[in-house]
Formats: sequence, C-alpha cells, structure tokens
Amino acid sequence: MKNYNLNQQYVRDFAVENAIEAHHVNVSYGEHQSIFDVSLSFPRFKVTAMIGASGSGKSTFLRSINRMNDNVATVDGDIMYRDVNINDDKINVYELRKHIGMVFQRPNPFAKSIRENITFALKKHGIKDKKELDQRVETSLKEAALWDEVKDKLDESALSLSGGQAQRLCIARAIAMKPDVLLLDEPASALDPISTSKIEDTLNRLKEKYTIIIVTHNMQQASRMSDYTAFFHQGHLIEFNKTSHIFTRPKMQATEDYISGNFG
Amino acid sequence: MEINKKILMPSKETRQERFGRTLSFISISAIVVLVALILYFIISKGISTFTDNHVNLWDFISRQDWSPSTIGKDGKPEVGALPMIVTSFSVTFLSALLATPFAIAAGIYMTVIGPKKSRGFLQTVIELLVGIPSVVYGFIGLTIIVPIVRTLFGGTGFGILSATLVLFVMVLPTITSLTVDSLNAVPKHLSEASLALGATRWQTIYKVILRSATPGILTAIIFGMARAFGEALAVQMVIGNAILMPKNLITPSSTLTSQLTTGIGNTVMGTLGNNALWSLALVLLLMSLFFNILVKLIGKRGKF
Amino acid sequence: MNPKVVNKIATGVIYGLVILVVAILAALIGYILVTGVPHISWHFLTSPAQSFLAGGGIRDQLFNSIYLLVLTLIISFPIALGAGIYLAEYAPKNWFTEIIKTTIEVLSSLPSVVVGLFCYLLFVVQMRMGFSILSGAIALTFFNLPLLTRNIETSLESVSSLQREAGLSLGLSQWKTITGIILPAAVPGIITGIILSAGRVFGEAAALIYTAGQSAPFVDYTNWNIFSDTSFLNPLRPAETLAVHIWKVNSEGITPDANAISSGSSAVLIIVILLFNIFAHWIGNRLYKKMTSSK
Repeated sequence: MKNYNLNQQYVRDFAVENAIEAHHVNVSYGEHQSIFDVSLSFPRFKVTAMIGASGSGKSTFLRSINRMNDNVATVDGDIMYRDVNINDDKINVYELRKHIGMVFQRPNPFAKSIRENITFALKKHGIKDKKELDQRVETSLKEAALWDEVKDKLDESALSLSGGQAQRLCIARAIAMKPDVLLLDEPASALDPISTSKIEDTLNRLKEKYTIIIVTHNMQQASRMSDYTAFFHQGHLIEFNKTSHIFTRPKMQATEDYISGNFG
Repeated sequence: MEINKKILMPSKETRQERFGRTLSFISISAIVVLVALILYFIISKGISTFTDNHVNLWDFISRQDWSPSTIGKDGKPEVGALPMIVTSFSVTFLSALLATPFAIAAGIYMTVIGPKKSRGFLQTVIELLVGIPSVVYGFIGLTIIVPIVRTLFGGTGFGILSATLVLFVMVLPTITSLTVDSLNAVPKHLSEASLALGATRWQTIYKVILRSATPGILTAIIFGMARAFGEALAVQMVIGNAILMPKNLITPSSTLTSQLTTGIGNTVMGTLGNNALWSLALVLLLMSLFFNILVKLIGKRGKF
Repeated sequence: MNPKVVNKIATGVIYGLVILVVAILAALIGYILVTGVPHISWHFLTSPAQSFLAGGGIRDQLFNSIYLLVLTLIISFPIALGAGIYLAEYAPKNWFTEIIKTTIEVLSSLPSVVVGLFCYLLFVVQMRMGFSILSGAIALTFFNLPLLTRNIETSLESVSSLQREAGLSLGLSQWKTITGIILPAAVPGIITGIILSAGRVFGEAAALIYTAGQSAPFVDYTNWNIFSDTSFLNPLRPAETLAVHIWKVNSEGITPDANAISSGSSAVLIIVILLFNIFAHWIGNRLYKKMTSSK
C-alpha cells in the first residue's frame, strides 16, 4: 500500500446549518487507536457519505455519533448535536438514540411479526393508542417502500422476509421513531443489486425529511446518493467536500487514488 | 420539551436499566453468597472435630478404627477415617481407569471413524446414560452386579468391585462427552496433513488427534473422577457399609459418602460422632475443590 | 508390526468397545423395563406405600416427586434467569466475573450429598424447617442452579448480537432489549434446558434424604388448605420422593416385596425421565420452528 501523509487533509467548511458537528474525535479499542483527531460537520437535511477502504474507521466514527460504541471503545472529543455535547457521560443515551436512529450493515429484524418489529419500540416508548400505532406502521412502511409487499402479511414473522425486504423493514423501523438524524452503516452491502437499488430509491425519498449519514464502500452509491462526501483513510479524515467535487476534482492524492481504483 | 433538554435528563429507560442491572446482580450475588455459606458451614462444622473435640488431625487421616463413641486403648476416641478415604479413592480411580478406554473409543467413534448416523445414535445413548438416576444404578447394582460378583468371586458380593462396576457406567457418559468435545477441538488440518503423508488412520488418531487432545481428555477424566468421588447412594447400596480397611476388592467396605449417608441420621448433632461425620463431609468438599483446581491448572497449561 | 495390521486391530477394538457401551445401555434400560413394567398398574400408581406388607403402591411418592420438582423450578428459575442474564449480558470481563464463574463451577461440581447435608444443617435444623418439601426444594435448587444458569447464559449468548444492536439503536434500555427481544428469541433453548434439568431433579435422591425426609405421612388430597398438616399441598410436611423410596426400601429391607416395588418405581422413574428428554427435544424444535418461519 502506498504511504500517504495522513496529517494533510482538505476539509471544506460550508456555511450551512449543521445537524451534527464533531470536534477532534479520537476513538480507540483498548490499546489500538482507530480514529485520529477527526473534526467533521454534517449539514442538516442533506445526505453525507463516508467512504474509504475497510478498516479506514468510517463505521467506527458513525457508531460514535449515536453512542453505539459505549462499552466497546473509548471515544474522546466533542460531538455537538443541538448545542449539546452528546459524547458526555451525563447524556441519556436512550433518549439520544430515539433522535439519532441507525440502520446496520446486516439486516437485523427482530424474531417477531412484521408489525411488532415496528411497534415494539414505540410501545416501550409509551405510544399505546392502537390507531396511532397502525398509522405509524403504515406510514413508515410506505416511506421505506415496503408497504405494498407486506401489507397483507403484517402479522407474519419478519424472519420470512428476503434480505432486501428485511433491510427496508429495518429502515421503516428506524424512521417510525421519527428521528432527526438517520445513520446508515453500509445498508446495502449484504444485498443483491436489485435490493440495493430499491434501498437507494428509498433513501433518496427520505432525504427531504431527515439528515442522513451513510457509510459505504460503494463509490457509485456515494456519488449517486449523497450531497457531501467524506473520505477516510487509516483512521484519518483526508478530504471532505461536496460530492460532485470529490468525484470530479479531488484535492488529495489519496482520495484521487481511491476513487480511481489505484489504491493499495 | 426540547430535544436538547430531554437528552440531558434521566428517563424511564434510565430507571429500567438501573432496575434490571440491580435485579440480575442480586441473582448472581445470591448464588455466590450461597456457595460461600456452604463453604463456611461445612468447613466450620468439619473442623470442630479437631478444634472442639481435640482429635488429632493426623490420627483422623491415618488411623483405621472408626467408632467415635468408644474410647480406644490410648484413651482417645476412635476416629480413624483412613478406611473410608482409601475406599473412596479406590472406587474413584478404578472406575475412571475402567471407563477411560471405553470413553476414548466412543469419542473416537463419534468424531473420527463412525458413520454420521450412528454417531448421533451413540450421542443419544450417552445422553440417556446421563439421565438414569443414581438410585436406579444402585438398585441394578444390588440386583445384578452384586449377585454376579458373589457367584464369580465368592464372599457377599458387596465391596469395591461392585461399586467400581456401578460407578464405571455412571462416569462413562461424563468422560465420553467431554472427550468428544476435546477431540472435536483438534484442528482438522492436522489430521488431514497426517493422512496426506501416508499415515494410517490409526496412526493419525494415535499420534496426532489423541496427542493434541490429551489435556482435554485429562480434564474429562478428572470430571469423571469428581463425579465418582462424590456419588453417594449408588455406591452406598453396593459397597457393604462396613467400616473396615479394604483387604481386597470383594469384601464389604465403606466410602466417605456412604458413611455420611448412613451415619448422619444415627448420630446426635453436636456430639463427636456427629462432628466426625462432618469432617468426612469436609474431606469430600476439599477433594471437590481440588478436582476443580486441577481442571483449571490443566486448562492453563494447555499442553503437557 | 505392519501399520496396516495395527490399524485394523485398533479399529476392531474401538468398534468392540462402542458395541459394548451400547449393549450396556440396552441391557440397563431393557432390564429396568422388563422387570419393572409388569409391576406398574393402576393400583401401584394410586395406592399408598406399605412398610411391612406387600402390595404397597407409590401414590404419595410420585406426587411428592412432582410437587417437589414444581417447587424447585419455581424457586430456582427466577434466580437462574437473573444470574444467566447477568453473565450473558452485563458481566464485564474482569477478575470479579472470573470469581463468579468459578463459584458456579464449584457449586456444580459439589457432591449432592454435601449440598444435602448443608441444607440439612442450615434449613432443617437451624432454621427449624424440619424435614419438609420446602427444605428439599431448597436443596434441589442448589443442585439445579448452576445447570440452569449456564443453560440460560448460553441460550442468551447464542442470540445474535445484531439483535442487541437493533434494540439499543431504537432507544430501548439494555434491560428492555434483553427482556423483550433477546429473551423471547432464546426461549426454545431455555425451555429445553429446563425440561432436561427437570429430569435430573426428578431422579435426585442423595440431596433429599436429610432434607425432604424419608417418610411419606398420610396426606389428604382433598384438603387444599396449604397450612393444614394433612394437606397434600403443605410445603412444610416431610415428603419421601420416588427416588428416595427406591433407596429406602432397598437399604432397610423390611418391605417384603422391596424388589418388586423398586423395579416398578425404577421403571416409572426411567419412563418419566425418557418422556422429559423426548418432550424437551420436541418442544425445543417446535418453538424454534414456530419462531423462525412464517405460518
């Protein structure tokens, strides 16, 4: 692998409203540090893609945003969300995760019915009204473009769904919470091309209502879907810019090599 | 309420979490406390023979006369536990010695040489052997093994040999299932390499598979011995229950467990006779701890 | 010697030993069933035991065994559940957890007679519970806890960690994620474990001789007042179980038809335990299928 100067970076600052601003974030698993001093802001109601080779730290960084690294890794630095530093011991992580939802790489529906997959968390958060629950099930499944396929079998096991359907169910489950920010950790990497394009369509429709942060190693996906792109390499943020700029006029050698496939 | 206020305040989930953690921690603590209580009570009762009744510890483990209510020639009560200790160890070692070849053979059959279907069948057989209660083993020992031993070797039929035969069947499933685990843990590429070099199947089993599974098999044997050492009723039913130094394998004798089973009901709490029995229980407890430590040591060293 | 010949001999020896093991089991089960089943009759199952006369039954012993089993599960399951959840979900990787795990291993390897004697000392004598079903159930709880805890722990651990992430990412507390998502997914394994442990509890005798006692006094099966001395439900009455009964009629030898009673009782014990085993596998598979596939 080529050696790049990891301390050089090109991070453009946009004068827009940001949903989340990370300042000097370091993450380590025990002795092993996997994120080095990353400062990065995510514009509100936009799609930001984080790209990079596997092991570049992009997923680790994503998981720090809704505190999924608690008990797993040590996260230092400030992550500002609505003027609160959410990387603080005093933060109520359960409340935080209601507003910053997450969809994972592998579809992980609960071993429950399709309906319960969506209503389970809602009920636990105090929504008892049957009508309201039904409404949320329908709206979220429609937003996730799954409604037509499952509306007649809402009470069947979610484990009977195909991989692509299950992943869209997980998206529906996340947006039924009416979150502010949606984190997606390579949501289509375990799926076939047809399911992938359905997921992308779904996400394209969602970006009007949510701030979306998506980790992907698929560059076409990043260029098709996102407004902004951040390129990570070996735990360092190398470049952040508008997606169109990143893919046409990258400023850093590492970025250029990565997107042109001359990497490693 | 504003989101930025909400995420700074405890919520229902915070309370649930505290509740759940506390509840599960109480459960696990209860178990730890129970074990501590067992250790405390058995140890404090077990040493009272030596602290309250001033029996000499060395006499206890080296003398052969057990009759706590009578005073011996030297003016001290007769609390020599040696016959029971010897008998307990004899039945334990002999039954483990007898069961090990069977367990290893069954283990090899279930992991290497047996056809798929009959492996599962043997697995079921082993599980069923575990499931048979010890009194049933004792009853069968009493009605089949004791008469056979009596016919073949004379005497009453009660004794170490009968107990060994009963325990053999009882520890067999324990040793077998753990042996199977350790044989399964041997990396496949080792045996494949050996076969590729032209070794016969038996050479591969003997020189490669068994050798690298040795620590696991030793652990299996120790678990089997622990079970044999602590087994009470099945042994008590066929051992004869005479507190005599075993002269051979076919005279009636008594193990620590069998003496405990028969004795506790016939002695008065607080007397030397009763305390002495608790000392036997203490020996059992210490041996059980010793077996545990042995297993840990083997686990740590991994290979011999 | 020629390695090929050795190979043949060794294989032969292994087959021989395996056949012997199977033969031993077949002989055991066969003997128990052949000698025992003829003694099992409606009369045998429903009449009280006799001490000095032939023709006694096992009604009370059978009921006591079942009642004791139920009580034991009621006491041990909640503790084992909490402990299993702690070990599988909360326990940090440190020396303290190591101590806890070692403690449970020690408990599981303690001879049941030692556990029985401890319970005799603490509960029967010091806490004045006397020889009673309750003392027996506590003794069996000790015996059952390590097995059940480990079973629950492994059942929970076998549920994919993806499910935990899913629950947490929806803002659920870890506790609700465990009880609402992980635990239901682990139910088939847990149920199988409970039934298998029930089989072991059902056949246990050494821990009961000095806790539940060796006598089965007269009880009235129509008296539902659990505080009444004659009520069959009174947890403070002595209760000889089926397994203890087998031991007692054999070691005291005053019952004229001890052999017949033992054979019959052994057969009943074995049949019940076999049924437990079959049922455990059946229900485990069924629940698993029900949960993972659509209707």
